[in-house]
Amino acid sequence: MLELGQKGPEFSLPGVDGQTYSLSGLLAENKAVAVIFSCNHCPYVRAWEGRMMDIQREYQDKGVVLAAINSNDAQKYPDDAFPKMQNHAQSEGFNFLYLYDESQEIARAYGGTHTPHVFLLDGNGVLRYRGAIDDNYDDPDAVTQTYLRDALDAVLAGNAPATTDTRAVGCTIKWK
Amino acid sequence: MKIQFLWWDGCPSHPEAWQRLQGVLAELGVETEIERIKIQTDEQAEQWHFPGSPTIRVDGQDIDPNAPIDAFRLTCRLYFKEDGRPSPLPSAAMIKRAILKVT
Repeated sequence: MLELGQKGPEFSLPGVDGQTYSLSGLLAENKAVAVIFSCNHCPYVRAWEGRMMDIQREYQDKGVVLAAINSNDAQKYPDDAFPKMQNHAQSEGFNFLYLYDESQEIARAYGGTHTPHVFLLDGNGVLRYRGAIDDNYDDPDAVTQTYLRDALDAVLAGNAPATTDTRAVGCTIKWK
Repeated sequence: MKIQFLWWDGCPSHPEAWQRLQGVLAELGVETEIERIKIQTDEQAEQWHFPGSPTIRVDGQDIDPNAPIDAFRLTCRLYFKEDGRPSPLPSAAMIKRAILKVT
C-alpha cells in the first residue's frame, strides 16, 4: 500500500464525462487531490456519495478535486461496468471525477483495498492521509470524526493532518 | 415465527445488523430462535438465494419487499432508509414492519 510521505503513482484514466484525466494534470491545477477508490454497486459508497459531493462542492474553490476511481471487475459485477458508471454519475449528479481503472493497475499501485478508500495527495502529489471519509457510514448526522475534511483543511493550510491513517470501511475491491 | 439471519464476512455491517435485529426483537418483546447462516461461497449464495449481506428473513420472507430476486452472490447489500437515503443496513423500522406482519 502507498505509504504516507510517498508520491502517488501517476495514472491516466477515462472519466465518465468522456475525457481522460492524469494525476499530473490534476496536480497542475489543484492544491490537493483526493483519490477515492469507489464503484457503483457498493452500499457503503452509495451511503457516502452525498458527502463526497458535499466535500467537492465546499472545497472546489480552495483547489481540491475528488477523483473517484472504479477498479472493480465488471465481469463479475456488471453494475460496475463503464456505461453503468456513466449512468450512475448522471443520475446522481456527480460533481466529482469518476474514472475507470479497467486493468486494476491503479488500485494495485495505490494499494486500495476497499470502496470507498481515500488517498489524499497534497499539491506535490505526496500522500498525507489514507483511509475512510469519516467515522459513520450509515448516518451523516452521527459523524463525529470528519477525517477527510480535517486532512484537507490541514493540507490546504500547509500542515500535517492530525490523523493520517484510518481503517477503510466498505466493500472489498473486486479483483479479477 | 422463524427468523433467518444470513451474512457474508466480506461486508462489515453484519454485526450492526445483528444488534439492530436483536434490539427490535427486544423492543417488541418477541422471543424466538434466530437461525444464523454464514454464506462463504457463490455456490452457497445461489443455494440460499442470497442477494447480499446482511439478509434477514421472517418466516421465509425477506424483510425488504423490494429485495433483489435476480442476482445471488457474495456482495454487500444495498438498502434504502425511510427517507430514501442508501445504506448498507436495513433500518430498524423495516425490520419491525416485517416482524409485526407475522405476529
